Amino acid sequence: MFKKLATGAAFALAMIPAASYAAGGGEQHITDYAFSFEGPFGTYDRNQLQRGLQIYTEVCAACHGLKLVPLRTLADEGGPQLPEDQVRAYAADNFSVYDPELDEDRPAKPVDHFPENNNAGAPDLSMMAKARAGFHGPYGLGINQLFKGMGGAEYIASLLAGYTGESKEEAGTTFYENTAFPGGWISMAPPLSDEQVEFADGHANDVDAMSQDVAAFLMWTAEPKMMARKQAGFVGVLFLTLLSVMLYLTNKRLWAPHKGKH
Amino acid sequence: MSGIPHDHYEPKTGAEKWLHSRLPIVGLIYDTIMIPTPKNLNWWWIWGIVLAFCLALQIVTGIVLVMHYTPHVDLAFASVEHIMRDVNGGHMLRYLHMNGASLFFVAVYIHIFRGLYYGSYKAPREVTWIVGMLIYLMMMGTAFMGYVLPWGQMSFWGATVITGLFGAIPFIGEAIQTWLLGGPAVDNATLNRFFSLHYLLPFVIAALVIVHIWAFHTTGNNNPTGVDVRKGSKAEAEKDTLPFWPYFVIKDFLGLAVVLVIFWAIVGFMPNYLGHPDNYIEANPLVTPAHIVPEWYFLPFYAILRAFTSEVWVVQFASFVTGGIVDAKFFGVIAMFGAILAMALAPWLDTSNVRSGRYRPMFKWWFALLVVDFFALMWLGAMPAEEPYASFSLIASAYWFGYFFVILPLLGVIEKPLAQPATIEEDFDAHYGKKSSADATPAE
Repeated sequence: MFKKLATGAAFALAMIPAASYAAGGGEQHITDYAFSFEGPFGTYDRNQLQRGLQIYTEVCAACHGLKLVPLRTLADEGGPQLPEDQVRAYAADNFSVYDPELDEDRPAKPVDHFPENNNAGAPDLSMMAKARAGFHGPYGLGINQLFKGMGGAEYIASLLAGYTGESKEEAGTTFYENTAFPGGWISMAPPLSDEQVEFADGHANDVDAMSQDVAAFLMWTAEPKMMARKQAGFVGVLFLTLLSVMLYLTNKRLWAPHKGKH
Repeated sequence: MSGIPHDHYEPKTGAEKWLHSRLPIVGLIYDTIMIPTPKNLNWWWIWGIVLAFCLALQIVTGIVLVMHYTPHVDLAFASVEHIMRDVNGGHMLRYLHMNGASLFFVAVYIHIFRGLYYGSYKAPREVTWIVGMLIYLMMMGTAFMGYVLPWGQMSFWGATVITGLFGAIPFIGEAIQTWLLGGPAVDNATLNRFFSLHYLLPFVIAALVIVHIWAFHTTGNNNPTGVDVRKGSKAEAEKDTLPFWPYFVIKDFLGLAVVLVIFWAIVGFMPNYLGHPDNYIEANPLVTPAHIVPEWYFLPFYAILRAFTSEVWVVQFASFVTGGIVDAKFFGVIAMFGAILAMALAPWLDTSNVRSGRYRPMFKWWFALLVVDFFALMWLGAMPAEEPYASFSLIASAYWFGYFFVILPLLGVIEKPLAQPATIEEDFDAHYGKKSSADATPAE
C-alpha cells in the first residue's frame, strides 16, 4: 500500500523535469565550480562574500549597480556580515546618493540601497545570479539543473574567467571573445586581471579566484536569505517526515480492525 | 446526503435542538464529514485533499503577499524583491506561493487522470466532472495572471503571447484583446486588472470546490472498481463503506504529509528549479527574450497550440472551407481550448458501460498511451518550434484528440470487459483478506 503512495510521489516528481527548460545559446562553456553554497546544506563563505564585495566595489561598481540591495544587509547574518560601524563607513566612503530633502547628494548611509548605475549600458547586478542559468537540459529535461543547480553563479564566474584575449570591431563597438557568453562575443571588456585587487589577508587574487569570489557575492545579492531558507527547509522536512511516520502508524492502527489477515 | 443509508445527526441537548431547528448547520457538517465512503479507495484518491490544501495555502500566503506587493509597472518587480529581502519570512511566503502553484497543478493533473482511468466522470458523476473542469480552467486563468504580477520578462512576454491568442479570433479578436489588456499592449492597466482578478478568482474556485464536493456527495464517491455501493439498507451499505471521518481523513492526511515532505524540500532547497531565470529580469517591452516559454503546467496545451501550423492539411482545409477566416493562428487557439473541452466531454464520448479501467483490457493500454502522450506534449511545449519537434507535436496532439473522439467511443463497442467484482466488499476482502467475525484481534 505504501508502495503505491510512493508511486504517486514518483509520478508527481516525474512531472517536474520538463518544467524548467531554458533554451541554451549553443556551445557555451560553463565550468561547474564547487561553490560552498551548493546543495541542501551548502552555506555562504563569509570571507568569500567579503572578498567579492571588495572586488565589486573596486571593479564592477564602476559600471554596474546593485539597486535592489540595501547597504544595511551587508551586516546581516548569512551574508558578508560586516560589523555595523564598518557598514556605515563602507557606505559613506564608497557611495553618495541624491537626497530629495536636502536637494543634493550626500554620502550614503546603511538605510540606502547600493546606487543604481548603468554606465555604458551595464545591467544591474542585484539579481544577475538568478537571472542566468549556467546549466540546461539535456534535451530540455531539466536533469542537469536538478543535479548541478541552476548555475547562475557558475555562469558569472565562467564569464569573468572566460575571455580568450581575442577582440573584434563591429559597427563601432568592440566585442571580446568569451567562451561562456551566448554567441561567443561580449561587449564588456575583460574586467579582471591578475592581482588587480589586494586582499587584506593576502588571499589568492588571480582572475580565476576573483571570478569565483565575485560570483559568490552576486549569488548572495540575488538570494540573501538562502541560509535561512535552507534552515527552514531542513526543519520543515524533518518535522513533516516525523508527522508522516506518526500518521502512518495512526492510519495503520485505525484501519487494522477492518482488514483481515493476509 | 449521498443516497447511501447512514446515521444522521440527532440534536440531543436543548441548545443543540434550539440551533438545529433554526439553522441545521451542525447536521450539515456532520453529514458532510461522516459521509459513507467506499472502503476500497486506493492512494490515488488522496489528491482531493492535497488540492484543498493547495487552495488554502495559496489563499493564505497570497493574502499576506498582497499586503507588501505593489501592482504598478514601475514598482511591482522591486516590491517582490522587497518581500524577498525586507519582509519577515517574506522569502518563504513568496517561494511557498510560487511553488504552491506547481504543487496545485501536479495534484490537479493526477486527480484528473485518476478520474479518467477509473471512469469517475461517468454517470451519475458528470456534473462533478464538469464542475471540476471549470475549476481547472479557473486555476489556469488564476495561475497565468499570477505569473504576470512579479513583472519579470517572462511575465510580460507570456502575457503578451497569451492575450495575443484572443487577438486571433476573427473579426472581434483585436477588440477583445484590447479590452482584456486595457490598452493596445500589456501595460499598467493590464497589470492592475490581472492583480484584481488574481485575487478574485481563487474565491470563485473555492465556491466551485464546494459545488464539486456537493455534487459527489450527492452521488457518492467513485472507487477503484467502479462498482456502486449497495444502498438497499444501512447494514448492507456499511459492508461496502466506512465513514469519511476518521478513516479517510487520517489516510488522506498521511498522503498529504508525504507529499508535503517533497514539496517542502523543493521550497527549501531548490525553489527556483521550476521557474524561469528570465523572470528575474525586470519586464522590458523593448527586449524580447530568446525563447518565450510558459510555466510547465501549461506546456502540454501550449504544444497543442503551436502544433497546428499553416503547413498542416487540416489547417489548410479549415482555412479553405471558411474562406480564410480560420487561419493557422485561430486554428491553434481552437485546438488548445478544444483539447480541454475534449476532456470535459469525456462522459458523453465514453460509450463503455464499465466504469473502472481495471476491468477494461484494451482501454488500459490506450489510457497508458494518453499519459505518455501528456508528458510528451509537456516536453514538446518546452522545445523550440522547429523540426523534428513540430512533427512530434502534431502526432502527439492528434493522439490527444484521437483518444477522446475516436478511441473512447469505439472501445465501448469493440472491447470485451473483464468480470467485475459483485460488491466493493468483495474487492476489499480480496485485497486485505476476509475478516472473520470471530477474529477479535485482527492484524495487517
